[in-house]
Amino acid sequence: MNREDVAPDDAVYRGDPVVVDRYTAGARINHWITATCLVLLALSGLALFHPSLFFLTGLFGGGQATRAIHPWIGVILFFSFAGLFLRFWRLNLWKGADTTWVVRLKKVLGNRDHEDPDLVEIGKYNAGQKIVFWGMTLLILVLICSGLAIWDQYFSEYTSITQKRLAILVHAIAAVTIICVWIVHVYAAIWVRGTIGAMTRGRVTGGWAWRHHRKWLRELVTGELPKDNKSGATPVR
Amino acid sequence: MFPPVPNPAAKPTPARFGEQDLIRRSASEVTPPAQRQTEVAKLIDVSKCIGCKACQTACLEWNDLREEVGVNVGVYENPHDLTPNTWTLMRYTEYENPESGNLEWLIRKDGCMHCEDPGCLKACPAPGAIVQYSNGIVDFVHDNCIGCGYCVKGCPFNIPRISQVDHKAYKCTLCSDRVAVGQGPACQKACPTQAIVFGTKDQMKEWAEKRIADLKSRGYKNAGLYDPPGVSGTHVMYVLHHADKPELYAGLANEPRISPIVELWKGMTKYAGLGVMAAFAGIGVLHHLVMGANRVTRDDEQHAMSLAERRQ
Repeated sequence: MNREDVAPDDAVYRGDPVVVDRYTAGARINHWITATCLVLLALSGLALFHPSLFFLTGLFGGGQATRAIHPWIGVILFFSFAGLFLRFWRLNLWKGADTTWVVRLKKVLGNRDHEDPDLVEIGKYNAGQKIVFWGMTLLILVLICSGLAIWDQYFSEYTSITQKRLAILVHAIAAVTIICVWIVHVYAAIWVRGTIGAMTRGRVTGGWAWRHHRKWLRELVTGELPKDNKSGATPVR
Repeated sequence: MFPPVPNPAAKPTPARFGEQDLIRRSASEVTPPAQRQTEVAKLIDVSKCIGCKACQTACLEWNDLREEVGVNVGVYENPHDLTPNTWTLMRYTEYENPESGNLEWLIRKDGCMHCEDPGCLKACPAPGAIVQYSNGIVDFVHDNCIGCGYCVKGCPFNIPRISQVDHKAYKCTLCSDRVAVGQGPACQKACPTQAIVFGTKDQMKEWAEKRIADLKSRGYKNAGLYDPPGVSGTHVMYVLHHADKPELYAGLANEPRISPIVELWKGMTKYAGLGVMAAFAGIGVLHHLVMGANRVTRDDEQHAMSLAERRQ
């Protein structure tokens, strides 16, 4: 079995339960910097998006401070997400099985996909995760470009007023969309129990991998991975 | 001659309008006063303007502003554009009239038009940073301004400027402080030819009629009043000799209105956006209530263990 759906640092350890390394410490730190930025951007952005949410500027030290800090957080997020992109893009490439997954979405949402006799085994990422990944990628590009166009303090002279108007409309719509993508991302992590550990401790159980990413688990088990034993379980060879 | 606004009384007088007279307040709801004050207006008669810049100077003087010493690039505009310190600017256009063959020097005093339907105010996200009084004056309240520049995008006339010093937006106030005590704006006071007059909006329209009739009698058949209906009229109006072509006057907006992009951004997007985000969150909660968590079973763990064992 080839290892097309495995990242270099993924590893599996024998035991009860089986433990699987899903994210390195670097990837997790990278993720949480991005996550913090995204939440701060959503809060500061929403404060300026709708008058009923203007009170959120209080979290950032007032309206002037919110206006000043929001774009800088955006810059940090852009570079931080670029790190995640470089780590994750290869395993998020769309495959034939992903289309099948989307077609079967109803079963997935009904928690019934595991009973499916025609179950398609999923690699490290399922189609939903890939859509979130590419959605975030595209929207962050749109947001950074439109954001620079309306960053008046430094870039006001480079765009016409019509371009600024368009940019701010695009920025608002993209922001609403990315918040929706974020809601899907967070909800999926909560709904599918055992997922959050992947981004906190970096590990999931073998059962979780079997249930949700069976192809990934199979490829991992097949591979030669002489890893240090971190959890008291025995590495699988 | 238009009767000038009388000089102020020596003793202090209470302000004639204030918070209680707001008909609009940015990013907030206000209960409009039961009685609207008489609308005021400034009328700029371009045909009488001699381009002396006394109004520009008076504006700097009254509002205690200083403009940087600029660079002469061979044009009359000084400074080259409106700035956070220059709230009014004489703009000069040399126009060769194809009908008469005459060279016409069109001089327009640019500045805030005090729209009845103010785009700046509608775009502003900071509560109370832009207000509109019932007499028609649109004013920036700098204590509430956050310097985001949304007013720049909302304005159909390209008027507000953001200061790089204190990061707040600035524009003509129609001398709201002077008008509040019964005075006219400083620019109007300084104008030596009565190209600028100030009074109630009705008085200004009446006066404009006379001026237009005079211009027409002298061959300017397209003379007219610039009080654009696209922004529900303005409280700074122009008498133009070529009212059919306002763009001749250094690009004065022809049929200005709040940009549809801004309307979409501040209208549908604002409400639909909140709605869509709430719907996504709501669907998540509902899904969890109805479907419950997706849990890993003991069976799954055993499958994983036997898979791991088999591969030993």
